[in-house]
Amino acid sequence: MKPIHYLRCFGGIIQREFLRFLQQKSRFFASLVRPLVWLFIFAAGFRATLGVSIIPPYETYILYEVYITPGLLGMIQLFNGMQTSLSMVYDREMGSMKTLLTSPLPRWFLLTSKLCAGVFISILQSLVYLLIAWFWEVEAPLMGYLAVLPALFLSGLMFGALGLFISSVVKQLENFAGVMNFVIFPMFFASSALYPLWRMKESSILLHDIAAYNPFTHAVELIRFALYGQLNTFSLTYVAVCTLVFLTLAIWGYDPTRGTLARRGGN
Amino acid sequence: MTSMTSALTVDSLSFSYGKKPALNRVSFGIEPGDFTVLLGQNGAGKSTLFSLITRLYNPHSGSVRIFGHDIRTHSTAALKQLGVVFQQRTLDMDLTVQQNLLYFTALHGINSTHAKQRSTQELSRLGLEEHRHEKIRQLSGGQMRRVEIVRALLHQPQLMILDEPTVGLDLISRQTILEHVRKLCEQEQLALLWATHLIDEVLPTDRVVILHKGEVIANGWAQEIVEQSGTQDIREAFQKLTRPRKKPATS
Repeated sequence: MKPIHYLRCFGGIIQREFLRFLQQKSRFFASLVRPLVWLFIFAAGFRATLGVSIIPPYETYILYEVYITPGLLGMIQLFNGMQTSLSMVYDREMGSMKTLLTSPLPRWFLLTSKLCAGVFISILQSLVYLLIAWFWEVEAPLMGYLAVLPALFLSGLMFGALGLFISSVVKQLENFAGVMNFVIFPMFFASSALYPLWRMKESSILLHDIAAYNPFTHAVELIRFALYGQLNTFSLTYVAVCTLVFLTLAIWGYDPTRGTLARRGGN
Repeated sequence: MTSMTSALTVDSLSFSYGKKPALNRVSFGIEPGDFTVLLGQNGAGKSTLFSLITRLYNPHSGSVRIFGHDIRTHSTAALKQLGVVFQQRTLDMDLTVQQNLLYFTALHGINSTHAKQRSTQELSRLGLEEHRHEKIRQLSGGQMRRVEIVRALLHQPQLMILDEPTVGLDLISRQTILEHVRKLCEQEQLALLWATHLIDEVLPTDRVVILHKGEVIANGWAQEIVEQSGTQDIREAFQKLTRPRKKPATS
């Protein structure tokens, strides 16, 4: 197989995901409701009680809605990443993943391409969210809307790989409710998505430390800085390393002798 | 590749789900042009065998070779030669026939012009060209199966394996599909493994592998198996060979 074959395969996987997205537009918009509820209701309510001092990358005092937006972009990436990877596990048993996995290119390439396809759709969601938020006075510099794209891509890939790995090794997490309770909520709340880390430190050192190690925090900070045209090198390194580790574990976890089907003993 | 290379060689293949054995030292081979029926009751291990041939699982011991390429060590070369139709539907129901086919060809790295040509050829051979732009969920069960067969042939494989492809289909659909794949074996020297539990699909001139409780209990031409088992036809032979054996009386 030559590079052109890999390219065609990658293009085919992206195109299929896009066609499926066109078929399921209602699902696309339904999943936008979650971050918008946080923006319109939660952030509005907390605006008065939660002051955010001037912290990088912001150069002035900001509204809470502005602070929370990168966290909500991270939330979109996190939910989509988990959903993509869980649907891959489900698909493996129900059908269409078999078509993918029995094609000749290496499995690591097929799985990574499939995760990338999911990330592209979640980036579209993030852009629609940013457009709506713009009307809500959450405005970033024009350059930031471009700079945020690679940050969204990398963080989306990290969450997708994490989801794929978790679902391949922990049977109980195959349903989305389990993932919500044990992965998404802890990751989201114990992070800098809702409040800055220094604020967290005032109430609990332990929580601050957990949040400081949480990959979601670094995804949010990477997005936050990128949205203002800046690069947070530490967060970028942290997210890149986590992506690589999770992706390696996911591909290992997808070993054909291990998966959920084998565990169930179905025939 | 020489003409001496078998299309499929399954050698001492074993697999278990945890402690539950599914296949035990399964061995058989298929030559180009052979229509081989893999006969077995539900739960005999047919689908597990398909998962191993297609690299969905790795065998715990033994090997699978497709035209000499080991599926574990040379999976790309092996899978390029293989066309598969699984027992469960693997088409995307919300996409059209054409979109499903082009997705498959992209997975095989085929360029879109050639992919469209191949789709047209194969769809017309199975009388499906007029359904090209219909969504899969608008098709009947028989038509979906035929689309899956079309898809499995797009990359021009030399070995094709089909897992219970006619289950749940009406008589005419079953006949159409069977006639088509038999013709492919005769005219194009395609090697074909046809898993089924429907004995009336077996002809006396077919090669037959009988799988029972994860083991191969007969392997040869259908007529040979009938003669060796001292029965009248393959149905009787299958029943005799797979009948639960009485335990010897203890004194």
